[in-house]
Amino acid sequence: MSSSGLLSLDLFSLQIFIDNEWHDAVSKKTFATINPSTGEEICQVAEGDKADVDKAVKAAKNAFRLGSPWRKMDASYRGALLNRLADLIERDRAYLATLETLDNGKPYAISYLVDLDMVLKCLRYYAGWADKYHGKTIPIDGDFFSYTRHEPIGVCAQIIPWNFPLLMQAWKLGPALATGNVVVMKVAEQTPLTALYVANLIKEAGFPPGVVNIVPGFGPTAGAALASHMEVDKVAFTGSTEVGHLIQVAAGKSNLKRVTLELGGKSPNIIMSDADLDWAVEQAHFALFFNQGQCCCAGSRTFVQEDIYPEFVERSVARAKARVVGNPFDSRTEQGPQVDEEQFKKILGYINLGKKEGAKLLCGGGPAADRGFFVQPTIFGDVKDNMTIASEEIFGPVMQIMKFKTIEEVVERANDSKYGLAAAVFTRDLDKANYLSQALQAGTVWINCYDVFGAQSPFGGYKMSGNGRELGEYGLQAYTEVKTVSIRNQQKNPCNLLLSNFPTPLTICG
Amino acid sequence: MATNEGQKIPEEEQTAAKLGEGTIPAPLKEWKIQYTKIFINNEWHNSLSGKKFPVFNPANEEKICEVEEGDKEDVDKAVKAARSAFQIGSPWRTMDASERGRLLNRLADLIERDRLLLATLESVNGGKVFSNAYLMDLGGCVKILRYFASWADKNQGRTIPIDGKYFSYTRHEPVGVCGQIIPWNFPLLMLAWKLGPALCCGNTVVVKPAEQTPLTALHVASLVKEAGFPPGVVNIVPGYGPTAGEAISSHMNIDKVAFTGSTEVGLRIKEAAGKSNLKRVSLELGGKSPCIVFADSDMDTAVEFAHQGLFIHQGQTCTAASRLFVEESIYNEFVRRSVERAKKYVLGNPLNQEVQQGPQIDKEQYTKILDLIESGKKEGAKLECGGGPFGNKGYFIQPTVFSNVTDEMRIAKEEIFGPVQQIMKFKTIDEVIKRANNTHYGLAAGIFTKDLDKALTISSALQAGTVWVNCYGSFSPQTPFGGFKMSGNGREMGEYGLHEYLEVKTVTVKISEKNS
Repeated sequence: MSSSGLLSLDLFSLQIFIDNEWHDAVSKKTFATINPSTGEEICQVAEGDKADVDKAVKAAKNAFRLGSPWRKMDASYRGALLNRLADLIERDRAYLATLETLDNGKPYAISYLVDLDMVLKCLRYYAGWADKYHGKTIPIDGDFFSYTRHEPIGVCAQIIPWNFPLLMQAWKLGPALATGNVVVMKVAEQTPLTALYVANLIKEAGFPPGVVNIVPGFGPTAGAALASHMEVDKVAFTGSTEVGHLIQVAAGKSNLKRVTLELGGKSPNIIMSDADLDWAVEQAHFALFFNQGQCCCAGSRTFVQEDIYPEFVERSVARAKARVVGNPFDSRTEQGPQVDEEQFKKILGYINLGKKEGAKLLCGGGPAADRGFFVQPTIFGDVKDNMTIASEEIFGPVMQIMKFKTIEEVVERANDSKYGLAAAVFTRDLDKANYLSQALQAGTVWINCYDVFGAQSPFGGYKMSGNGRELGEYGLQAYTEVKTVSIRNQQKNPCNLLLSNFPTPLTICG
Repeated sequence: MATNEGQKIPEEEQTAAKLGEGTIPAPLKEWKIQYTKIFINNEWHNSLSGKKFPVFNPANEEKICEVEEGDKEDVDKAVKAARSAFQIGSPWRTMDASERGRLLNRLADLIERDRLLLATLESVNGGKVFSNAYLMDLGGCVKILRYFASWADKNQGRTIPIDGKYFSYTRHEPVGVCGQIIPWNFPLLMLAWKLGPALCCGNTVVVKPAEQTPLTALHVASLVKEAGFPPGVVNIVPGYGPTAGEAISSHMNIDKVAFTGSTEVGLRIKEAAGKSNLKRVSLELGGKSPCIVFADSDMDTAVEFAHQGLFIHQGQTCTAASRLFVEESIYNEFVRRSVERAKKYVLGNPLNQEVQQGPQIDKEQYTKILDLIESGKKEGAKLECGGGPFGNKGYFIQPTVFSNVTDEMRIAKEEIFGPVQQIMKFKTIDEVIKRANNTHYGLAAGIFTKDLDKALTISSALQAGTVWVNCYGSFSPQTPFGGFKMSGNGREMGEYGLHEYLEVKTVTVKISEKNS
C-alpha cells in the first residue's frame, strides 16, 4: 500500500462485487495492481475466475427473473437510479479522478476534466432514455393489431479495457441499465480500482442486488468464462481485435449470445493542403498522443498532402518535442506513463521495427524515465503503407506521418486496412469534406476536429474494428430484444368499416 | 410466412384470384427449367469444378434436372463480382436511393408477371401445396419487395445535438458484400426477405439457395437482370452448406452473413465469422414455439389456428406451434377437436387442387421425422392419429397428433419440422409461463384468451421474438421477426430489419459558432 501516497484505499473493498455484497474469490486468489508511474504495487485485488463468474451470473439471472424488483421497476425509476449514480460519482469526482490516475497513469487534469465529465454525461444521457425508448405500433396487413416491445436482453457480460476504465464502464452500464438488463462486468486486470469504487456507489444509489455485478480478473480465465457462458445472453467487449475474434467464436460455440465489439483501429487522419495548418498540427498531435496514445481511435496514420508535408512535419516535431512527460499528478504534465510493462515493451518494439524498416525517426524513440513505463513522444516521417508501424495498432505515443498527392489516392490508402473505427479530414473545402466523409470506411469521421465524443453521437467500427454501435440512440439497440406482439382484431378501421357500409367497392382503400 | 385459414386472405389477392376463374388459377401443365447455372455479374456460369447436382421432386422422388454445383472457387468469383459492384464510384454506389427502390419495384412486377410459373416450380420442387405457393409464398414475396423498395429513400440518418461547437450527423451506409444463405422451406419468400432489405440499403449480395430448392431463386436471378440491376449486385451460387455455405461464412471479403436455417448451423456460422474477419452475423434459426390455449378462449378459433400453426407446409416452418399447452379444463375436448381437424387432411400431389398436404422436402427430413414419431410412442405419449408414412412413393407423412405429452419427451424438446403436433396440459399461468420459456429457443409464441390481463401478462413474460394473441403465423412485411435466445440474432422485416444491413457512420464537423 506504500505507493498509494495520500490516497486512502480504505474507503472501498477490493473484492468481487456480487448481489451488492463483497466476496473473496472462490479460489481465495488475489492479484497485484501496479502504479505505472513507479512500477510498484498499489494493492492486491480479489482475482475472479470461472467459479466467481458463475456466482455472479447466478445473481444476475436471479435479479432478472420475472417478478423481481428490477423487472417490476418503472422505467422512469431506472432512469432515476442512473441519475443518482451520476450524482454520487460527481460527489466523489476528485477521489475517483485521483484513483484513476494512480492506477492508469493518465494525467490527473485529464481524469478529472475529461474522463469524469464524460462519465457523468453518459450516465445522465442514458438515464433520460430509460422511459423514452419507445416501441412502435405497426400498421400490419389484415385484421390484426401489432406492436413492438423493446425488451431487455437479460444477463449481459461486459468486458472493459484499461485505457478509460471509468468511461468505458459508463458506456457499458448506461445503455444496459437504462433498458433494464442485468450486468456481470469484468474489469481490466491493470485497472480494477475505480470500477470497484463505483460498485459501492451502485449499492448506495439503490440498485437492487444482482443488477450490477463486478468481477475483477484476467481475460483468459474470467473473460473466457463470460464469453462462453451458457447463461449469459449478451456479451459486450471493448479491447483488441485479436480478443474480439475469440469472443465471437466463443459465442458461436456456446449459446449464440449476442455480441457487440469495439476493437482496435489504425485510423487515418487526412490533412489536405487547404487546411488551417496550425489547427491541423495541433489536432493531429492530440489525435495521436492523447492518453499516451492509448486510444482505439488514435489518429495513427497521418496522411499529409504533398505540398504542405515538410512544413507539417516540422511543426509536428516541434509540438511533440514540447510535450511534457512526467508525473501525472503534476498539473503541467501532458503525458503520463503507459499502463504496464507489457505495453511499454511492445511499443518500444514497434519503434525499433519502424527504424529497421526504414522510416525516419524525427524525435523521441525510447523510454522517457528511469522508472515507470514512460515513453518519449515519438514521430516517424517518410512512413510507407507497408511498414509494420503503418499497419499495426501500436497503442502508444508514436506518430506516423505519410505523404499523399491526390484525394483518390488517399481514399484508397486510408481504406486499405482491416480496421475501420475512425477517420478525420482537415480541409476548408466543403466538396472535399463531403466526398471524403462518404468514401472513408469508418464508423466515425471527424471533420476539422478529432476525438470529439458526445454521449449523443454513436461510436463503433466498420470491418474488423467491431460490431455494433455504442452511445446515442443507436447504442440502445445493442441492449434490446425486439418483441413483436400481434393481436387478432375483430375489425380493422376505417377501411373495412367503409367497405361494409358501402355496397359498391371502394378502391381508395386498396 | 403463413396466411392461415381463418385469417382473411388480403383483398388484393382475393381480387387476383377472382380475376381468374373465380378461384386461384390452375398450375402450369407444361413448364421448362430454363436456369440451372451459377449467376454472377448478371451472367450464367458453369461451376469451376465442372460438378453438378440433381434436384428432385419430393412428391415422386424423381429427378427434375441438374444444377451447377457452386463451391469455394465459385463463391470467390461471386464475391469478386459483388466487391467490384460495390466499389466507390460504381454504378450501384452512385445510383440514387430512389432508383434502387424503383429497381426493387420492377423486380416485384416481374415476379408478379411470372407468378404462375414460379408458384408451379415452388410447388414441384418444394412439395408445397400449389394454392399456398401461389397465394402465400408469391403474394408475400411481392409484398416484401415492394415494402422494402419504398424504404430505399426513407432510411434516414439523423442530425445530432452533440455537445460543444460541432455539428454531428449520421449516415446509414450499406455494410458491403453480404452473404445470404437461405433455406428450402420457403425458397422464394426467404429470398425476398433477404434481397429486399439488403438491396434497398445499397448492399451487394452473394446468395446461396438451399441445395434442395435452387430453381426459383435462379429464375429470379434472370428477373434481377431483366429489372436492370447492375452486374454484380446480385449473385446466386447454388450449392451445399459444408462447401459453398462454409466458404461464404468464413470468407475474408464478405462483410456480413445472413443465415436462415438450423440452430446447429447457426452456431457454426457465428464461429466462422469470429474466426475469419468478424463479419456481421444475423441468424434466423430453429424454434420450439409454445402455443398457449386458455379455457376462456374461443375454442374453434384456437383449434384452427393451433392446427394451422403446426401443420402448415407439412410442419416445415421455424415458427411451428410445436408445443401446444392447453388448460386442463378444456384439454380433452381440445384434443378431440384437434384430432378431428387433423384427420380431415387430403395428402397427395401438391399440384392437385384438392390436396392439402404435400410431401416432406427430402428423405433425410422424412427419416428424421419418423424417428421422432417413434420416440414419442416409446416415451409414452398417446398417439391420437397418424404416426407413420403415407403412400408408397414420395416423402409423405400422415398428420400426426400426440396427446399426454410431457415436457421432458424428445418430441416436446426437439424441433421436428414435420406434421407432428404435441398437446400438453397445464393448470396455472405461472406454470405455463415457466414451461413455455424452458427451452433454448425463443422464436415465436401464441396465446389464446379473451382476457386482456392474461394476454398482456403473458405476452410480456414469454421469451419470444414474436407473440401472437388469438392468432398464429400472421406475418407481414411491416412487423419485425426474429429470435430470442438460440433462435437467432437480429430481426428481419419492418424498419428494424434495415439495421442488419447498415453501418452507421457518425460524421462530426467543427463549426465556429453554435446556435440552437
